[in-house]
Amino acid sequence: MTSKRIGIESSLAVSEAVKLANVDVIAAYPITPQTHIVESLAEMVANGKLDAEYIPVESEHSAMSACLGSCAVGARTFTATASQGLILMHEVLLVAASLRLPIVMAVANRALSGPLNIWGDHSDAMITRDAGWIQIFIENGQQAFDQVLCAFRIAEHPDVLLPTIINIDGFHVSHVIEPVYILDQKSVDEFLPPYKHPRPLDPDDPITMGCFAAPNLYTEARRALDASVRASKTVILDTWKKYGDLTGRYYNPVEKYKADGAETILVTMGSYSENAMIAIDDLQDQGKKIGLVRLRLWRPFPYEEIQEALSSAKNVIVLDRAISLGGPAPVCSEIRAALYTLDKKPQVASVVGGLGGRDISPDNFKTLIDVAMGKLKAGETQEIIMFGVRE
Amino acid sequence: METLAIYASRLVTERDYFASGHRACSGCGEALALRYVCKALGRNTIISNATGCMEIVSSPLPETSWEVPWIHTLFENASAVASGIESGIKALKRKHGYTKEVKVVAMGGDGGTADIGLQSLSGALERGHDFIYVCFDNEAYMNTGIQRSSETPFGASTTTAPAGKFSMGQHTQKKNMPAIAAAHNIRYVATSCSSYPFDIMNKIEKAKQIKGPSYIHILSVCPTGWRTASNLTITMGRLAVETGIFPMYEIEDGKYTLNFDYPKLRPVEDYLKVQGRFRHLTKENTAEIQEHVLTEFNRIRLLAGKKIK
Repeated sequence: MTSKRIGIESSLAVSEAVKLANVDVIAAYPITPQTHIVESLAEMVANGKLDAEYIPVESEHSAMSACLGSCAVGARTFTATASQGLILMHEVLLVAASLRLPIVMAVANRALSGPLNIWGDHSDAMITRDAGWIQIFIENGQQAFDQVLCAFRIAEHPDVLLPTIINIDGFHVSHVIEPVYILDQKSVDEFLPPYKHPRPLDPDDPITMGCFAAPNLYTEARRALDASVRASKTVILDTWKKYGDLTGRYYNPVEKYKADGAETILVTMGSYSENAMIAIDDLQDQGKKIGLVRLRLWRPFPYEEIQEALSSAKNVIVLDRAISLGGPAPVCSEIRAALYTLDKKPQVASVVGGLGGRDISPDNFKTLIDVAMGKLKAGETQEIIMFGVRE
Repeated sequence: METLAIYASRLVTERDYFASGHRACSGCGEALALRYVCKALGRNTIISNATGCMEIVSSPLPETSWEVPWIHTLFENASAVASGIESGIKALKRKHGYTKEVKVVAMGGDGGTADIGLQSLSGALERGHDFIYVCFDNEAYMNTGIQRSSETPFGASTTTAPAGKFSMGQHTQKKNMPAIAAAHNIRYVATSCSSYPFDIMNKIEKAKQIKGPSYIHILSVCPTGWRTASNLTITMGRLAVETGIFPMYEIEDGKYTLNFDYPKLRPVEDYLKVQGRFRHLTKENTAEIQEHVLTEFNRIRLLAGKKIK
């Protein structure tokens, strides 16, 4: 394995991964909220650096629809979007999962209207939670590159055949230039077998895709899909192990940072984890027994790993970068559910912050932890803490 | 006539790719038209079907009427899915040794074409994908209970534009989809009707020869929604053509050809009076429709280089 370390915008690192994966079809709609990912792919195709069909569709709905078609005939398929673009795709996302079409999509997570806001948060990913896609969060450009390559291997694996989203924080990752190790083509080719759909649309072996299911079969079809999404974890773990063996960069569904033996654990997802790490370093230097757990695999949800990582803590503080209007914060609600069956449950504080591109600096994280600890000590864990909100 | 050969019915293949046993209503003109479309398309076809009558009658899990590869995903995206299929095959040919010659076809009803699917159809036509789009126009959302679409004709009563004390039903004229398709400067646009199987097959054959997008708009008689007797399906389609209500024409590289013209068109009343959906129309309404039909038919005649009669 050889790899080249270059300074590159994370969006372009994603494009490099897509190029190395030698995709056959890219269908994308360009308008903000989009990123440089699809522009650079279009350039690669125009310059002959990537041999692929690039379909400049007229909407995100059609982008995902075109992806269904190309993936169903057996072409390796990629698209990227964010925010309103992702939610315009929604109707199609569910079909991609139910037809078991392993499309890979990079989502540069951004806020949703209204008010109109093109900056980063996880609203778009959270509202996509139940679509049947595998969803993985990353924290920096290197992880974006790595996970896009892994995504093709996971999605297209014959035991999985599910579409996969790599969530890349909008702006804070997508538009930032970072040093990234770019793998060589030979290693990628060895790591990523060619895509072979087991039953593509083919005149020599005609199949019918997309039947309707009456009440006597719908439940069974949904149950089968749910079981497949859950079962995909085996292949995800195996892929990350193989990728780690190849590159030395190992990934896990739940990743701990100085969390062993910590009394209090902060849980984050996505790029703000890196700011949280700096805060944790400082706080531990001050002798505070606080650690960090980062959630990488969002779907299928890693119940066992979350239980293992949090069960010995006294307090858990979960940061959500999305809001469920009138309900519990999405990540926190799942973590609470995962902990509920434990005999000895940590107290859980739910914090919502970093919405619509609002920064949470390392110092902000320290304040956030202080506020949450205050609520935990007072036993006031029912209400969501809106961090940094001006009343 | 250059296509005389095909009028010998024994030359038509007995092979069907849209199999019997589907759940279409008795007397369904759309199923009939679809059967002939599929005969003419042949085996080397991949179909992307919009949600609608033909989708729902043909594909209840675990059964299927389709003997060609067929995909249904959603209502408004059949053309976008077809774009992906066509592009996918292009890439497979160039990169992975795929050698099959496949014609990609998108199809939908009038709602899936002229209403909710218009954007994705326009996008696919504009991008120039090599595919045929077939619109089976039964003039309303028949599958879901006869709601009006933009292809419902003036004066028809539907469940969402019902005739009543203060309404004569649909008060807008049929959206001119063939003209919209033609405005994309595609090489082949045609209209046809479920009562004219040879015309359908001829036009599909022509569309198959085109490299790039083509559009065929087929008036498909619907006894359920039109409230006609199911044994009148063929008659109704012929009346639509012979009254001039549905002109049969082609636009080839921008040039119009009127396929069926008559020394004298039959009065529209012959067509309207047998249909429950027009039962409420007054003499004045009928006269208004008659005038509009003549104007429109003469417009097509002029475009086809004929004299106005």
